[in-house]
Amino acid sequence: MQAAIAVRQLTKTYDEGSTGTLALRGVDLDAHAGELLMLMGPSGSGKTTLLSIMGCILTATSGSVRVAGREVVGLREKELPALRLEHVGFVFQGFNLFPTLSAGENVELMLDLKGVAAAAAKRRAHELLDQVGLGGKYGSFPADLSGGQKQRVAIARALAGDPGIILADEPTAALDSHTGRNVMEMMSELAHKRGRAVVIVTHDSRVLSFADRIVKIEDGAIARTTEAELVPAGLLVHGMGASTVGLV
Amino acid sequence: MPPLAQRNLFHDKVRLAVTLTGIVFSVVLIVVQLGLFFGFTTATSNLIDHSNADLWMTSKNVPYVEQGVAFSERKLYQVRAVPGVADAQKIIAHWTGWKRHDGGQESVQIVGINVDDSLERPWNLVEGRVEDLKSPDSVILDELYKQKLGVTRVGEVFEIGGYRARVVGFTRGIRSFTTSPYVFTSFKNAQNFAALREDQTLFILVKVAPGADLQQVRQGLLDHVKDVEVFTTGEFSHMTTFYWMFTTGAGVAVLIAAVLGLVVGFVVVAQTIYATTMDHIREYGTLKAMGAPNSYVYKVIMKQAAISAVIGYGLGMIVSVFVVRGSQAGGAAILMPPSMAVAMFFVTLLMCVGAALVSINKVMRIDPAMVFKG
Repeated sequence: MQAAIAVRQLTKTYDEGSTGTLALRGVDLDAHAGELLMLMGPSGSGKTTLLSIMGCILTATSGSVRVAGREVVGLREKELPALRLEHVGFVFQGFNLFPTLSAGENVELMLDLKGVAAAAAKRRAHELLDQVGLGGKYGSFPADLSGGQKQRVAIARALAGDPGIILADEPTAALDSHTGRNVMEMMSELAHKRGRAVVIVTHDSRVLSFADRIVKIEDGAIARTTEAELVPAGLLVHGMGASTVGLV
Repeated sequence: MPPLAQRNLFHDKVRLAVTLTGIVFSVVLIVVQLGLFFGFTTATSNLIDHSNADLWMTSKNVPYVEQGVAFSERKLYQVRAVPGVADAQKIIAHWTGWKRHDGGQESVQIVGINVDDSLERPWNLVEGRVEDLKSPDSVILDELYKQKLGVTRVGEVFEIGGYRARVVGFTRGIRSFTTSPYVFTSFKNAQNFAALREDQTLFILVKVAPGADLQQVRQGLLDHVKDVEVFTTGEFSHMTTFYWMFTTGAGVAVLIAAVLGLVVGFVVVAQTIYATTMDHIREYGTLKAMGAPNSYVYKVIMKQAAISAVIGYGLGMIVSVFVVRGSQAGGAAILMPPSMAVAMFFVTLLMCVGAALVSINKVMRIDPAMVFKG
């Protein structure tokens, strides 16, 4: 099976004056459709850099990165936005919603980028908000939403582009355990029921039970990969509440 | 496109007020500086531009209207004999002294006209009639200069060039570029006030007959009348304006102030638009991370700048109209012709869009990876 994202011998060096900082060194990693992959590791280990390169936001220094079968290393920077728009949806730790747009308009913005006509975009935004359990919140502004609701709007926005890959950076870090679980259930559904490749960077050990695979990054390299059935029981669910919301 | 630009602009009322204040300040500053320039420019050639003449005949080497050199008024008859001349009149424009009641002396520019003719007359009369200048020693001056000349009402008597002068009327808005106000009187009085001989004039104004060719008439005048120069009204107006505005340096100073107004205005607008863009830098980073091409981000920022420009221009013009009206009562008029008001719209748009371009440069360098930084 072809990987949604295939990373081979990836290195990334940040230029810092006369010296460079090696952030990633020879990383090999695949993310498959229908799989929920988690990247863990201490701060500064390189996991967000890896996520950024997998999402075509950062360019690699060397190696190979294939996104949806297309080699992205060596592409010009101006070619990357179209690739992101086509294949990748992002969910951020800080939600990154546009505070002056309503929940529905935030979703419509992504549809507008995809070239969907205004009327159709509005209909689709309503559908997507329904799917994340925010049917009545189309006109609500981010300031009026709870953290969990904001993250669900962000997920609806990420889904609006109908991407094959969802990349999430600490999606539960700003949420309480109950809300975090709801968000993770959505992520899990995206992977397991909708066939998306979901890659999540997290420090949150409470969410590990949702992973199909956990990749531990240390000092810019993969230190260990653990398959779901081998995740130690002690690392699974620590105080996350019961599920209340899932993707419809 | 969801209304991101509009919402970003109107969401933070304080930021919007600051942005619009900056643009309004710039619009008013530029209008005032350019308006002063136009006001001064217009004032230099007021007398020429308001004449109904097509041609001005002067002595040789007269650089501007206030520097007329006397020549024989008999040339008037030679002028009238030239084919294509419909009307010709002699006028005097000359500096002389005005003696106030308190003994103080002021410089004035006497304008001696043929009261029965329309080639040159005082305009915008608010008190008295031009025909009143037929009575002996009578003069008409602008109400702007009442205080300067110590005049309070019609009927008062003063002394000009050692001769008696009686005020018979007032005009409104006839400014002089120099500190010497125009004082209209009959040609005969003007000869006395300006200490000219009875057979001397300073200019002859010519009206060309309908259908006659202006340049042919001009050439005919030069061929038939010796030791004179003949200018079209436009040429003489331009010569006079050029002399005062650029040869004396006075206009250069005003022009530099106008250019500085533009520069300062642009800097103020650039700063405020830049700050507005920077307030939303993270959102632009998110847009880019989502896959928005640069052109999409440009569009949002440009739309924001254009909306700011339109509102800022509208408010700025309202303030400017009050400033312009207020200046009419003062010695230095600020003029805002309709063409300038229209041009200001494009200047404002250009300033805001130009300022946005400066900030776009910054936005284009955003590292989209910033969205991952908490």
